[in-house]
Amino acid sequence: MKKDFVLASFECDLKLLKGAEKAVDKNIEIYDIYTPFPVHGLDDVMGIKRSMLPYVTFGAGIVGLCLALGLQIWTSAVSWPTIIGGKPFISIPAFIPITFEITVLLAAHTTVLAFLVINKLFPGKRPLILDPRQTDDLFIVMIEKSKVNVDEVTALFKEHGAVDVKVQNVELNP
Amino acid sequence: MSDVHISKLRTKLVTEDRTYKQISEDILDTLERKPTKAWLICISISALFMMIGFATIGYEISTGIGTWGLNKTVGWSWDITNFVFWVGIGHAGTLISAILLVFRQKWRTGINRAAEAMTLFAVACAGLFPLIHAGRPWLLFWMFPYPNTRGDLWLNFRSPLLWDVFAISTYLTVSAVFWYMGLLPDLASIRDRTKSKMRKTIYGLLSFGWDGSNRTWHHFEVMCLVLAGLCTPLVISVHTIVSMDFATSIIPGWHTTIFPPYFVAGAIFSGFAMVLTLMIITRKVMNWENYITIGHIEAMCKVIVLTGMIVGLAYATEFFIAWYSGNEYERYAFINRATGPYWWAYWTMVSCNVITPQFLWSKRLRTNVVFVFILSIFVNIGMWFERFVIITTSLHRDFLPSSWVMYSPTWVEIWTFIGTFGLFFTLFFLFIRFFPGIAVAEVKSVYRHGRD
Repeated sequence: MKKDFVLASFECDLKLLKGAEKAVDKNIEIYDIYTPFPVHGLDDVMGIKRSMLPYVTFGAGIVGLCLALGLQIWTSAVSWPTIIGGKPFISIPAFIPITFEITVLLAAHTTVLAFLVINKLFPGKRPLILDPRQTDDLFIVMIEKSKVNVDEVTALFKEHGAVDVKVQNVELNP
Repeated sequence: MSDVHISKLRTKLVTEDRTYKQISEDILDTLERKPTKAWLICISISALFMMIGFATIGYEISTGIGTWGLNKTVGWSWDITNFVFWVGIGHAGTLISAILLVFRQKWRTGINRAAEAMTLFAVACAGLFPLIHAGRPWLLFWMFPYPNTRGDLWLNFRSPLLWDVFAISTYLTVSAVFWYMGLLPDLASIRDRTKSKMRKTIYGLLSFGWDGSNRTWHHFEVMCLVLAGLCTPLVISVHTIVSMDFATSIIPGWHTTIFPPYFVAGAIFSGFAMVLTLMIITRKVMNWENYITIGHIEAMCKVIVLTGMIVGLAYATEFFIAWYSGNEYERYAFINRATGPYWWAYWTMVSCNVITPQFLWSKRLRTNVVFVFILSIFVNIGMWFERFVIITTSLHRDFLPSSWVMYSPTWVEIWTFIGTFGLFFTLFFLFIRFFPGIAVAEVKSVYRHGRD
């Protein structure tokens, strides 16, 4: 899918933050912003909802906890009960370390997988490169052309220190 | 996470003025150049030792554990010593990447990448020892709970040795993905900067199509925080469980409740020493003195003083409790450590771990890079001896005096250990050559620290 976008490039993260803030104040809808490192404050400006990843972590952790405890109790007390060191078949304190490890194992790996799935990152994916410098030292604000007045946006961003504002036909979902 | 106000009184984390572009150049350009002679020499030597180590392991596996110096009294020695030594070293990386992230210690950005890599390689070296100690490594899968044909014979989940299997596997895999996710933005940066087509393809695949969208960054930061939160108790649990391998047994000298905190502090102590050893060389060879600054070295020295004192306190406590318990076997185990046939190992441990770190109270010495480098090696030696003392001296005097023996390693054990150093350094040199050794994006994000 190809679409026209207004791309405003900044070389300074503080100017970008200011510019984006002003744009949002003027009801300009920001499609996305590409930055070489996380710029704190941008999430609020863009109105990004808080990531749901922690819920995924919590859910996976609970599953891991139940699986690990269940496996240990079932194998030690149901499948083949064996007396070891005179301990009860269900010796919960001794099962805690493995329960903890499996909880962390599942929670961590599921979180990473969820992160990759949510952001559609995988080996072989073609990145959306507006400018090769976007992963180095260029901060790019991306705005849908059809939703704004190009001249107004250009003037606004230029005023706030954009080094370049242009209209570009961008192939989305590459 | 909102923008935190940064006081101008704070010291700069990147000492010289740089543009973002220059930061990328400083760190990533080395990957674009041909390898230097120094690098080729270093990796050849370490690869050679690694090969000798692997050949030795091959000989040991094909012949049997009888090639080691173990006997019926001392059934654990260098293998487990080396295992604990390497696992401990790994802990500093996770401490820097996870615990310091949770505590918002911004200086971690300069060293976290290399320290995490060091964690992975150290844990890989550590994992080798239980594997070869098992005698028949091809039966390793017996250590995992799987439905089997032996009539549903399961594992003993009450055994700390089995806890270790789970702890180390979890630690290795979770640290690996944490480290790799952190690499994505920098790998993308290499992909977009390079002129070479091959590098573009390879780093393109490795970077998973990262493009720096702010939506991705948002999830990324949340993920890093979550993983750090998970890794913080994880790293503590790993060495706690390692210490339980000993503490849950009834051998005098092992059967103590202070082992978990004592081992965790020791692990951080030895790990930071190894990070210092590596970073002091790396910052010099790679010209990264701007990013891994004297401030970083000083901060790590302070951690070493603190953990060294905890370790010293643990030595004193266990000695006192051994006397105070009134248990003659316990008391003998400790007096024998300090004055018995292995007295030299005990006093090497005490002087390297308790006395040498005290020099770091002086700011002048703390900021003297050569001095810190030498001292870090002493700490490494001391911490290796700590594990040797705990393991071997506790075992070599059995309950029956007729079983009292001495232990000394054979060439097989010595070369296996040297081989793991070869493996560790080979992996580290490869890493520093093909991956960004400093987290570029993270350094850029803290560049303004201490500036207007």
